[in-house]
Amino acid sequence: MTRGHRPRVPRLSSEPDEEYIVSTTNTAAANRAADVITEPRVSKNRRTIKSYYPRSFFIPTIVLYVVFFAIPSVASFYFSLTRWSLFDSHFIGFGNFVEFFQNPQLYTSFIHTLLYGVITSGAKVLIGFFLAVLLTGPVIGRGYLRAVVFFPVLVSTIGVGIMYKSLLDPFHGMVNAVLRFFGLPQPGWFTDPHLAIYTIAAVDIWKGVGIATLIFMAGIVAIPREYFEAARIDGAGAWRILREITIPLSRGATATVIILSLIGGLRSFDIIWATTGGGPGFTSDVIASVIYKEYQAGFYGLSAAGNVVLFLVVTVIMVPLTYVLNRKQVQL
Amino acid sequence: MFSRRTTSRVVAALGCVALLGAALAACSSSANSSSGPTTISLMAGGNDPAATKFANDIAHAFHKANPTITVKVDTRPGGTDGDNLVKTRLSTGTMDDVFLYNTGSLFQALHPDQTLQPLTDQPWVKDLTSDFKKTVSTSNGLYGAPNGSTFDGGIMYNKKVYARLGLSVPTTWAQFISNSQKIKAAGIIPVLASYGDTWTSQLFVLADFANVSAQDPNWATNYTHDKAKYVNPPALAGFTHTEQIFDMGLMNKDYASLTNVNALKELATGQAAQYPMITVVISNVVQSNPSQVNDIGYFAMPPDSGDAHATVWEAGGAYIPKSTTGAKLDAAKKLVAFINSPTGCDIQKSSGGVPSGPFAISTCTVPSNAPALVADEAKYQADGKTGLALEFLSPIKGPNLEKILVQVGSGITKAAAGAVLYDNDVKAEAQQLGLPGW
Repeated sequence: MTRGHRPRVPRLSSEPDEEYIVSTTNTAAANRAADVITEPRVSKNRRTIKSYYPRSFFIPTIVLYVVFFAIPSVASFYFSLTRWSLFDSHFIGFGNFVEFFQNPQLYTSFIHTLLYGVITSGAKVLIGFFLAVLLTGPVIGRGYLRAVVFFPVLVSTIGVGIMYKSLLDPFHGMVNAVLRFFGLPQPGWFTDPHLAIYTIAAVDIWKGVGIATLIFMAGIVAIPREYFEAARIDGAGAWRILREITIPLSRGATATVIILSLIGGLRSFDIIWATTGGGPGFTSDVIASVIYKEYQAGFYGLSAAGNVVLFLVVTVIMVPLTYVLNRKQVQL
Repeated sequence: MFSRRTTSRVVAALGCVALLGAALAACSSSANSSSGPTTISLMAGGNDPAATKFANDIAHAFHKANPTITVKVDTRPGGTDGDNLVKTRLSTGTMDDVFLYNTGSLFQALHPDQTLQPLTDQPWVKDLTSDFKKTVSTSNGLYGAPNGSTFDGGIMYNKKVYARLGLSVPTTWAQFISNSQKIKAAGIIPVLASYGDTWTSQLFVLADFANVSAQDPNWATNYTHDKAKYVNPPALAGFTHTEQIFDMGLMNKDYASLTNVNALKELATGQAAQYPMITVVISNVVQSNPSQVNDIGYFAMPPDSGDAHATVWEAGGAYIPKSTTGAKLDAAKKLVAFINSPTGCDIQKSSGGVPSGPFAISTCTVPSNAPALVADEAKYQADGKTGLALEFLSPIKGPNLEKILVQVGSGITKAAAGAVLYDNDVKAEAQQLGLPGW
């Protein structure tokens, strides 16, 4: 596709065409950028390509990787089989795993983890997609709106947590003060045991939707303009174009957003810890926060076992999902 | 002339060297054992203003008294993060030469026989109370000096509210409930709960322990040996009391988000009448409401039956790790002794927070201007109606007690179910400690 042959579309915005494009003007490159996570396995003949650099250039990376990733990973698998006090460790076989699965909070925290992952991931896909459609279309103040949507991503999660904790304080928070002014009910956002996990999910969505929007925007911008033109000439309305062109052709971006946000949601910890600490009681605990509390309590072997379990759970969910999403993409 | 490629190679090589250098520098320890001036380090008992100021003041005064020894102060986080830091530093041999830390069960979790320098032969040991000696000792020796005063757990109450409503200090749980209902009828918050700081949920259970001990003196030993459980009376009372206060609507409305410091302000100003607490927090009232400190009194947790006994928490400890040796060890021992010298005692009283009970060493005495509730505590001492908190009688304290009690105290679970959860939690901790019979 070459630029310049594109027919002009009447738009409200006075910005030049190029402003549409988020990261690249090249369709193929944009697709690659959006698909980088979901890219199908590299074909075997790629491996035979001769490297341009001497092997010695890899040494720093390998040393760092082995010291900070490989050795700790193997060690954590070992320590998950021990009762470990940092001072000494006794090998106890699968005792930690038995104990971890007997933890009375495990079942509820597991349900919370799935609920949290699905809610945040689903909302990020939906909201992110429609924001992306809006922000790639002709709206006034588009640059400003794009910045507003993306800014929460740049803020520290702990900072976001503390901010929302004070905004949503049931008695002194700004949100409930406004609700009180209008005579509306003032829920205990983070303190009501039935509400806490959903409030945290909402904060997570607010913070994370910017990334989803960015990926969708890259995907939508990469769709060749000719398709839209052709559809419009054939008399398709906005809704039809959205359904028949935009949604199917941004499937790569959708897969990326689903996978990234679901992994993020399943192992989510920081925002939960900064807002409720898993409370009140254990009502907003997820697997990651249960593991952290076991570490805090000095049950180092048990928390290592919990991490192994979390690793397996995320793998079991994500590997088939990635496979399915990728296959659909290939079928397009 | 350098080609561009050569330059970038040189830059890359320099970058690698710098990275490696930084990594190595972080590993190497400063092991200078030269004679003459010595520098030792002191780890404060937390990173809050009071703990930091105390450590700095002690370090400064000690250097004045011993000009050849310089003390460098480190801080650490409080709570469970602090526990992990202390354990990690001890197990890697990188602990400060003197560190301030809890006594009792948290001290036992440090594996003192393997990690700490015994201080049994120090001259100040003879001045310690026998209760304190138990909380810093294993069967092999004594490892710590006291830091700060002892304090009691029970109910802190507003004396002016009590006087205005004509109430008297309750000695049984039934009287406590009837007092609370009268307070509620007068439009004042009867019992404060501050689950915004989850640790504060534990007091109905922890501060009831002197009453448990009074009914069954062997309870703590049986508990350590997997024979006494929280699901059974008398220990269950703490859980049912927590539940009852919620069920009867005797708590403040903002119980789920209120913090400890704000709850103390409400108690001091008389917006609320009673607060299950440990008296050590009176230091915060001295900061926030100095003119109302003496409006706050103390009474022991009222039991269902029998006399009320005050539950006593021992002072914190000052310890020296095994990794400190030679000239540094001598200097560290001097510093530990200095904390309880006359100058050290004065610093404990001025910058370490106000005394909230008697000291654990005879060389430090409670000043006459101590807060009013110290006198209330002294009455229980004089009558012999005191008992140590469970954490000083048994090495096992389940890590999830505060969360479980938040659930019981917020009506999420029932008292009996909470006690079952906690017994499981205790079992996990006992197994982690490697205690026999679990």
